[in-house]
Amino acid sequence: MPNLISFTDKGLFCEAGSFYIDPWLPVDRAVITHGHSDHARFGNQFYLCHKFTKPILELRLGKNNYQTLDWNETIFLSGVKISFHPAGHIIGSSQIRLEYKNEVWVISGDYKTEDDGISGKFEPVKCNVFITESTFGLPIYNWKPQQEIYNDMIDWISKNKENGKASILIAYSLGKSQRVLQALKETTQTIYAHGAIYNMQQNFIDAGWDLNRVVRITPETPKELLKETVVIAPPGAEGTSWMKKFYPYSIGVCSGWMKVRGNVRRRNVDAGFALSDHADWNSLLMTVKETGAEKVFVTHGFQSAFSRYLNEKNIALSAEVKTQFGYEDEETNSPLEIKNEEV
Amino acid sequence: MNELQKIENKTEKSGMQIFAELITELSSSTKTNDKLQSLVDYFAIAPDADKVWVIALFGGRRPRRAVNLRLMREWCLEIIDIPDWLFGECHHTVGDFSETLALLLAETKILEHQNESLSYYLEKFISLEKEDDSIKKKFIVESWQKMNPEEKFVFNKLITGSFRVGVSQKTIVNALSKVFNVSPSEIAHRISGNWDPLTTSFNDLLSESISVTDFSKPYPFYLAYAIDDKVENLGKPELWQAEWKWDGIRGQMIKRNHELFVWSRGEELMTDKFPEYFILKDLLPDGVVLDGEIIPSINGKPLPFAVLQTRIGRKNISKKQLQEAPISFFAYDLLEYNYEDWREKTLLERRKKLEEIISSFKSNSIRLSEKINFESWDELAEIRKRSRDKNSEGIMLKRKDSVYKVGRKRGDWWKWKIDPLTIDCVMVYAQKGSGRRSNLYTDYTFAVKDGDQLITFTKAYSGLTDKEFAEIDQFVKRNSLEKFGPVRTVKPQLVFEIAFEGIAASNRHKSGVALRFPRMNRWRKDKTADEINTLDDLKEMLKIYGKQIIL
Repeated sequence: MPNLISFTDKGLFCEAGSFYIDPWLPVDRAVITHGHSDHARFGNQFYLCHKFTKPILELRLGKNNYQTLDWNETIFLSGVKISFHPAGHIIGSSQIRLEYKNEVWVISGDYKTEDDGISGKFEPVKCNVFITESTFGLPIYNWKPQQEIYNDMIDWISKNKENGKASILIAYSLGKSQRVLQALKETTQTIYAHGAIYNMQQNFIDAGWDLNRVVRITPETPKELLKETVVIAPPGAEGTSWMKKFYPYSIGVCSGWMKVRGNVRRRNVDAGFALSDHADWNSLLMTVKETGAEKVFVTHGFQSAFSRYLNEKNIALSAEVKTQFGYEDEETNSPLEIKNEEV
Repeated sequence: MNELQKIENKTEKSGMQIFAELITELSSSTKTNDKLQSLVDYFAIAPDADKVWVIALFGGRRPRRAVNLRLMREWCLEIIDIPDWLFGECHHTVGDFSETLALLLAETKILEHQNESLSYYLEKFISLEKEDDSIKKKFIVESWQKMNPEEKFVFNKLITGSFRVGVSQKTIVNALSKVFNVSPSEIAHRISGNWDPLTTSFNDLLSESISVTDFSKPYPFYLAYAIDDKVENLGKPELWQAEWKWDGIRGQMIKRNHELFVWSRGEELMTDKFPEYFILKDLLPDGVVLDGEIIPSINGKPLPFAVLQTRIGRKNISKKQLQEAPISFFAYDLLEYNYEDWREKTLLERRKKLEEIISSFKSNSIRLSEKINFESWDELAEIRKRSRDKNSEGIMLKRKDSVYKVGRKRGDWWKWKIDPLTIDCVMVYAQKGSGRRSNLYTDYTFAVKDGDQLITFTKAYSGLTDKEFAEIDQFVKRNSLEKFGPVRTVKPQLVFEIAFEGIAASNRHKSGVALRFPRMNRWRKDKTADEINTLDDLKEMLKIYGKQIIL
């Protein structure tokens, strides 16, 4: 019997159900784990996604043939049973469970196990075969509890204020920004945001989410108003003339890569907050064990190290797979190569 | 938390904690002023014994490594139970051994936080040096379990290597000057020289009297910037003194209290390394400090730097070396005469007295670094072209009325170096860098053509912008052919112009040449790998510029 999922040049393909999961080239039927652009791309004829993901796709990809599911709801595509389960990565992010001929496969997409209060609480799903990400699949990456990081951010902001500086937090517009804003919920001050972040936040609020409101920065926003404030900006704005307006300021980057000092120094920023929306090493291991999977495919990240470790420790039979995921939310180490791998 | 509680918390912190915070602040701040402020804050609250160590550490003085790195790695693996290869993967990604350990051990349970000072640990390291591995292990493993992650990092750093936090000696000096309200040059003088952090108290170090009794103490060096403008714009040629710029080790020679001391610019006491200088103890007058170049030379002609390299770093110098690479001191300035500080006098005055001193006796161990006579800038430009024949790197320009300043200053002194030699070659291996370049492929090996083969001839890791490094990093990751440990072989496709200061024959390298100061001058995106230079081109350069020295 061929594998339920094969790794093709268009992406993860389920032949029995004739659909792809997060394909990177246009296909007829796409099942989407979450709204980041390396997972949800243009040009598919049909999109199946979680109901919270749909507004994100509409914002980014426009009108398309979308169908949505709630978590734990079931649908059959050509006899393959499909259900979505919370992945805890960003709003709407889901693991995808496939069942066919008494075999269960779970595709994790991107995930984190810590509950951030907005993305849904991650649930490990029992399966025979688990396809996991490994963005932070090395034992040097273990996150501090989020509340500690939030406290560090708030301390940093007040210290900047004392020194008469604005605090610019660099966070990706989809996912990380909502989380950072969540962290700042307790603070009473007005938070300003770059247009990209404002749009995303507003999109969620329009869709009925109870999220912090942010003030959009426009060319007309007076400079005096921005003195010593908190500003959320996407990575693209860093180092551009757009930032001049906030001078004097301190820049803090929110990303799991900030765990390593060299990365903070290389970015030439004032502070790094290792706040990630991906599972850390211990959570990856824990999740693999909790799924009970006998076979684990490891995709985007430190796939070779993580997969070798699983094999050596007899945690599961594992193999690494190269995909084109991992461009968007946490800048990866390098764009990964396209590779056809029949497993 | 109210203000009072804040202050109380601050004073409760241990010396090690405050130091760890200082290091974190220094390594994350990007502006010199912020760094200065961090240091000022630190010196205001740290225990005195710790301050002495911080001055010592940032000045490059550190206890000898008490513990083998291999053992530290083993102990860490035991604690967290991961295979050795995985440690290797982590190390390559982090780019720093101490930080890798600290990150891997971050989760290990804190027994009970240990509130010790920085000096406690450093003294402990010194006493551990001669102990058995089992005792070392017990101390290190227990310490790890009693520290927070930031402390673990600095603890490991203290054992294994230097702190690269971008703090210059100048910044330390300025911070101390600000805290204790003493002029920077005075501070610089007081913290230089031969003192042991183990036995020197903070008060002794910064008190006035100490500099009188420490006869070995050098003055801070005055350093020049490279000239970035046309020399014509410096004004009338007669206002300037020109000298050859030598490629040796900048040094200070001190004769005080009938003793001789030779310091390198790196503040290393090198007196014993150069027996040639011993005779000068009898020849030089007492109370004299000279600035000059430590350089091997025969009949007054300097030998290339490569020759000096065969001498430094060796404990015992053979008779053969003394004959083949006799070291001399090319004096060009006088900082102290008759125990009097002459730095505020003009170069003209200092030079006159210097010439007097050197000409009062004759020795191959010291000579006057010659002045270059010139009438016009054009003439000097012509003379400069002959630098390589002199084994010189170019010309130094010093205003005749200049005083001897502290540190690197613009205006009165300039380096006017000759253009480097260049060669086009292709990148064949790449390796990840360390520190701020961790996890980026920034260290490259280059090859020239030899028929249809590629012959490696040099490594280089500087000269490109961060953006270019990022671009090349992407290329390496996508075009690697093989992986040997941390090294990747890449498709020979990217062409670079390598600049270097000198070339010498070498039987250690496959290509048969060794370059001096190789760096990437530019990325030749306009050239393909077919258009690079050949091994014959290199050999031709060796013939023209090479110093026929076999290393």
